[in-house]
Amino acid sequence: MRSLTKTLTAALLGSAMLAAPASAEEFKFAFQGDAGTMDPHGLFETFTLGFQRNIYEGLVARDGNMAMTGALAESWENTSPKVWTFNLRKGVKFHNGNDFTADDVAFSVERIKTEGSDMKVVAALIDKVKIIDDHTIEFHTPAPNPIMPLQLEIFYIMDKEWSEENKTTEATSVAGGDEGNFANLNANGTGPFKLESRQSGVKTVLVRNDDHWEDIDSNVTKAIFTPIDQDATRVAALISGDVDLAWPIPVQDWNRLESADGVKPLTGPEARTIFLGFNQTDDELKTGGEATKGKNPFKDVRVRQAFMQAIDIEAIKKKIMRGSATPAGLMIAPQINGFTEAQNTRPDHDVAAAKKLMEEAGYGDGFEVTMDCPNDRYVNDEKICQASASMLAKIGVKVNLLAQTKSKYFGKVLAQNEYDTDFFLLGWTPSTFDAHNVLSALMSCRGGEDNIGAFNLGGYCNPKINELTAKVQSETDQDKRQAMIEEAFQIHSDEVGHIPLHQQPLSWGVSDKVDVVQRPDNVFDLRSAVVK
Amino acid sequence: MISFLIKRLLQSILVMLTVALIAFALFRYVGDPINNMVGQDTTLEERADLRERLGLDDPFFVQFGRFVVNAAQGEFGISYQHRRPVSELIAERAPATLELSLLSAILAIAIGIPMGVYTAIHRDGWLSRAFMSLSLIGISLPTFLIGILLILLFGVILRWLPTFGRGEVVQLGWWSTGFLTWSGIKALIMPAITLALFQMTLIMRLVRAEMLEVLRTDFVKFGRARGLPDRYIHFKTALKNTMVPVITIIGLQLGAIIAFAIITETVFQWPGMGLMFIQAVREVDIPIMAAYLVMIALIFVIINLIVDMLYYVVDPRLRVDRAATGH
Amino acid sequence: MIDAPLPRAPRTRIGRFFDSDIWYSFIRSPLVILSAVVSIAFFAAALFAPWVAPHNPFDLASIDLLDSSLPPVWLEDGDTRFLLGTDDQGRDILSTIIYGARISLFVSLAAVFFSMVLGITLGLVSGYVGGRTDAIIMRIADVQLAFPAILIAMLIDGVVRGLLPRDLHGDIAIYVLIFAIGISGWVQYARTVRGSTLVEKNKEYVQAARVIGIGPVIILWRHILPNVTGPVLVIATIHLAIAIITEATLSFLGVGVPPTTPSMGTLIQVGQDYLFSGEWWITIFPGIALAVLVLAINLFGDWLRDALNPKLR
Repeated sequence: MRSLTKTLTAALLGSAMLAAPASAEEFKFAFQGDAGTMDPHGLFETFTLGFQRNIYEGLVARDGNMAMTGALAESWENTSPKVWTFNLRKGVKFHNGNDFTADDVAFSVERIKTEGSDMKVVAALIDKVKIIDDHTIEFHTPAPNPIMPLQLEIFYIMDKEWSEENKTTEATSVAGGDEGNFANLNANGTGPFKLESRQSGVKTVLVRNDDHWEDIDSNVTKAIFTPIDQDATRVAALISGDVDLAWPIPVQDWNRLESADGVKPLTGPEARTIFLGFNQTDDELKTGGEATKGKNPFKDVRVRQAFMQAIDIEAIKKKIMRGSATPAGLMIAPQINGFTEAQNTRPDHDVAAAKKLMEEAGYGDGFEVTMDCPNDRYVNDEKICQASASMLAKIGVKVNLLAQTKSKYFGKVLAQNEYDTDFFLLGWTPSTFDAHNVLSALMSCRGGEDNIGAFNLGGYCNPKINELTAKVQSETDQDKRQAMIEEAFQIHSDEVGHIPLHQQPLSWGVSDKVDVVQRPDNVFDLRSAVVK
Repeated sequence: MISFLIKRLLQSILVMLTVALIAFALFRYVGDPINNMVGQDTTLEERADLRERLGLDDPFFVQFGRFVVNAAQGEFGISYQHRRPVSELIAERAPATLELSLLSAILAIAIGIPMGVYTAIHRDGWLSRAFMSLSLIGISLPTFLIGILLILLFGVILRWLPTFGRGEVVQLGWWSTGFLTWSGIKALIMPAITLALFQMTLIMRLVRAEMLEVLRTDFVKFGRARGLPDRYIHFKTALKNTMVPVITIIGLQLGAIIAFAIITETVFQWPGMGLMFIQAVREVDIPIMAAYLVMIALIFVIINLIVDMLYYVVDPRLRVDRAATGH
Repeated sequence: MIDAPLPRAPRTRIGRFFDSDIWYSFIRSPLVILSAVVSIAFFAAALFAPWVAPHNPFDLASIDLLDSSLPPVWLEDGDTRFLLGTDDQGRDILSTIIYGARISLFVSLAAVFFSMVLGITLGLVSGYVGGRTDAIIMRIADVQLAFPAILIAMLIDGVVRGLLPRDLHGDIAIYVLIFAIGISGWVQYARTVRGSTLVEKNKEYVQAARVIGIGPVIILWRHILPNVTGPVLVIATIHLAIAIITEATLSFLGVGVPPTTPSMGTLIQVGQDYLFSGEWWITIFPGIALAVLVLAINLFGDWLRDALNPKLR
C-alpha cells in the first residue's frame, strides 16, 4: 500500500512537471479602453494599431526608440522619384502556416482601398503596386514622397489565401454586415504572438508564435489583456498585482506607485502636444457677452498674446501635472521630425503685461467666452481647462467652461458641426512623426484640398503657411525642408495662432516582476516584455 | 383569466414600443458616433460617407421604423464599437450581469428580511435602532464611493479580493459562470455587496413598515388575546401577511438591481451589460444603447406580468377589482 | 398594475403636525432632534454661504492654482487659510463643501418640488377622473418605472442638452439637472396620491360636495389634497435624500454641473481621483458631509413617517 502511494505520488509529480513547461511566462496588462477591432485595416487609432502590432507586421517597423527598422521588408530604396522598391523577407510564415509573399502585400494594398477601410490615408500614398517577383515589390507614388517608408509603419500585411477562404477580402466596417466580419474577431498575422481568444471589451488572450522569424527579447508565452475604464480601478489592479502593466496611470498616483511594494511608475515624454486655440474666423464671438457685440477679440493678436502670457504653464506643470509635463513653445514635440530647440520658447508668465495688452486691445474690462474642453481624452484635460479658466479670470476674462466627454466634445467642435467653438483645448500627435502633418492639419488655412486645415478648429489662417506646407510635402533636400518648416513655425508663433501648452507625459505603471520598453508614441510592444 | 392576460400582453407591447421610441429619440442627441469610429487622419469626405452608409442622415421615422422592425426579430444591428451583432454581445454579457444581480438580490433578501422583522418586533430596542441607523449609511453614500472604498480596503490594502473583473469563468454552453471557480467567487464578493447595500436597506425598511402595520391589525390582536405565543404570531401570522406586498416590491426591485448594476459594473470593471452600456454611451454606440434600454424594459415588463399573475392567483379579491378597473 | 404599498395615508391635516403627540415624540428622541438640527444647519449654511464660508470657491479670479492640494490645517504642510485643506484647483475644501451644499440642496429641493407638483397633479387627476385618463397616466408611470432614476436622468440630460442651443449650456446645466432628477421621481407621488384620491372620492363628504355643485378643481384642492399631504411629505423627505445622491452619481457618470461650480457630488467625484495618491481630504470630507446630511434627512423622514402614522403611535 505504502509503495503504491509512493509510486502514485511520483507519477503525479512527474506528470505535473511535464505539464508545466520550464518557460511558461504569463503577462497580464490593462489599458483604459479596448482595441477597436482585430482587423488591421479597420481603425486608424494608436492603441488599436499598437495592439495589433503583436499579431500583424508591416513592411517596416519602429523599435523602442522609434528608429525605423525592417520587418517584413529587409531593405527598401527610392529607385526613382516616384517609385519605392521593397525587398521582402524570405521564409516568413503566417500563423496558419501559409508563406508570406509579394502577393500578400499587393492584396493588403487592395484591401486598404476598400470601402470599410480606415487606412485610406495610407492607401492614398500608393498609386499602384508592381510585383517584381515573390520577394520584391514596387510601390508607385502619386508624387515624389521622401518619407514614404516611415508612413507605412502602421500598414500591416494580411494573408491573401486566408482572407479569401474566410471571405474577408474587404476591410471590415461598422456599416457592413456580419459576413465580412471574420477578420474583426480572428487574426492571422506573421507577428510574434497569435490571437488565442477574444471577447471584445472584456478580455483578449495572445499566445507566443514559436515560428516567428525574429529573435525578440520577450520570454512571454501567454499575454492576457483586459481593458479597465476607471482610473482608480486600474491603479488598484496594478498595485494589488492583478495586472503586470497598466496605463495610463493618473500622474497624481505616481507617488503612490513609488511607495507601494512591487510596482513603479514608468514615464517618459509623449509626442502629443496639448494646446489652446481660438476662433479667428467669425466676426463676432459665438459665445461672447455684451463686451464683444459685433466683435471678435481673438482676431487681435494682442488678445491672443495676452492669453498666452496669462497662463502660468509652470503652475500647471507643477500642480496639475505633478511636474510631469514638458512645457511647450512649439506645436510639435522634440521627438517630431522638424523640431528645433531654439524655437521652443514661450513668453514669460506675466499677468501685468497681459492686462496691459488687453487694455491696448480695448478689452481692459475683459469679456466673456465659452471654452470647449474634453474630459476623458488627454491627461487631466478638464483640470487644465479649469486652471486656465481661473488664470484668465485674473485678466478679466470670464471663461464659461464646457467640459464634456470626447464624443460630445468632438461632435461639437469638428468640421461636421461647422467648428462650433470659440476657445478650445486640443491635443495632437502627428501620426507620421513629421512636422508636415501638423502644418497641414492644424496650422494651414481651412478649405483647401486633401483635408488641409481640417483640424484647424479656430480657422487660424496665414496663406504663407499653406504655401510653405505644400513645398515641405515634396521637398527632398532635408536642409531646405527643415528651413521651410522653421519659417512656418516662426510665423505661427509670432502671430500666436495657437497657445501650445505642454507635451503630456507617458504614464505607465509596471510590476517589478516584468521589464517593458515604453515607446514615445505610447505604444506597448509585447516584443519587449520580459517576465523576470 | 385569458382576457386579462391578453389585455396585459397588449399593454406590455405598447409599453415596449413607447420605450423603444423614447430610447431611440434620445440617442439622436447624445453625440456624434463617427469620430469614435475613425482615426484622426480620416478625411471629412470619408466621415460624411460613413455617416450616410450608417443611415444616420435618414429622417427620424425611417430610422425608427427600421429599428423596430429589426428589434422585433431580435436584431439590434451591429455595434459601432465592437463591430459585432448587438444580440450576440448581449448574450455574451448577460450572464455576468445576471449572476451579479442574482447574488445581490439573494444577499439583499437574506439580510434585509430578517433585519426588517427584527426591527419591527423590537421596535424600540437599541439593536434595532442601530440596525436602522446603520442601514441608512447604505443609502447615504453614493454607490461609486462605497465601491472605491471597498476596492481600496480589500483589494489594495488587505489584498484579499481581486480589484476588478470576474476572475476565471467556466463556459456551460452559451452561459459563462463565475460560480464554479474560486477566483470567480472571490471576484463576485465586493461587487455583490456594493450592489446589494441599497436594496438591502430598502427591503429591510419595507418589511419593517409592513410588519408594523400588520402587527397593529385586529386579527393579530385577536391572536394575542387568544393567547397564541409571540413566535407564532410574528412568524406564522404577521410575516405571512407581510409577504404579499413585499414580494411585489422585491420583484420590481429585481429589475432595478439589474439596471442599478450600471454603476457597480463601472467601478469594478465587471464585464456585464451595464458596463457595456456606459461604454456605449461614452462612445455613442447607438445600437447597444437602444438594445440595452429595450432589454431592461423587457425584463421589467416580464417581471411585472409575472407579479400581476401571481397576485391574480393568490388574491381572489383582486380579480374583481382588476377586471373592473382594467389594470 | 399593483400599487406599491406605501405608508398608509394618515387621515390628518397638516395643521395637526404640531399637536402635542408629535411634538412630544419629537422632543423625546434626541436622535431626531439632532438630525433636525443638522439638517437645519446645512440648509442655513447653504443659504448664507457667502457669509459663512471663509472663501468664495466659485470666484475663479480668487483661486490660485499654487495653493492646490494642501492638506487640512492640522497636518504637516497645512495652511491656516484652509481649515480642511484645498482641492486640486486650489479651492478651499470647507468653502467648497458649503457652496457645494448650496448647489446640491438647491438642485435636490427644486427637483423634489418639481416631482411633487407633477406627481400630485397627475395622481389627483388620475384618481379623480379615472377611466381612460387614469389608465394612460398609470401606464406612463409603468414605462417610467421600467428605468431606474439614474438612467432616466442621464438620458433626459443628454436630450435636453442636445435640443437647446449650446451656448446656453453653462447657464442652464443646473436646471437641466433639476428637470432630469425631478422627472425621474414623480411616479411615487402620483401613485400614492392616486390611491388616496380613489379612497376619498367615494366618501360621503366628497359626494355631498359634488352634489351641491362644487367644481372638481375645488374639490380636489380643498377636500382631497389635504388628506394626502402626510404621505407626500414623508415621500418627499426620503426623496430629497435620494435626489442628493442621484445628483452625486450623475456627476460620477459625467453629467452634472459645470466643474467650475462644483456641487458636493462633483467634489466627491473629483476627489475620488486623488484617493490613491494620498490626498484623501478632497473626497473624504465632502463624502462625510454628504453622508451626514443624507443621514439626517433620512432619520428625520423616518421619524416623520412613524409620527404621522396614527396607527403606530
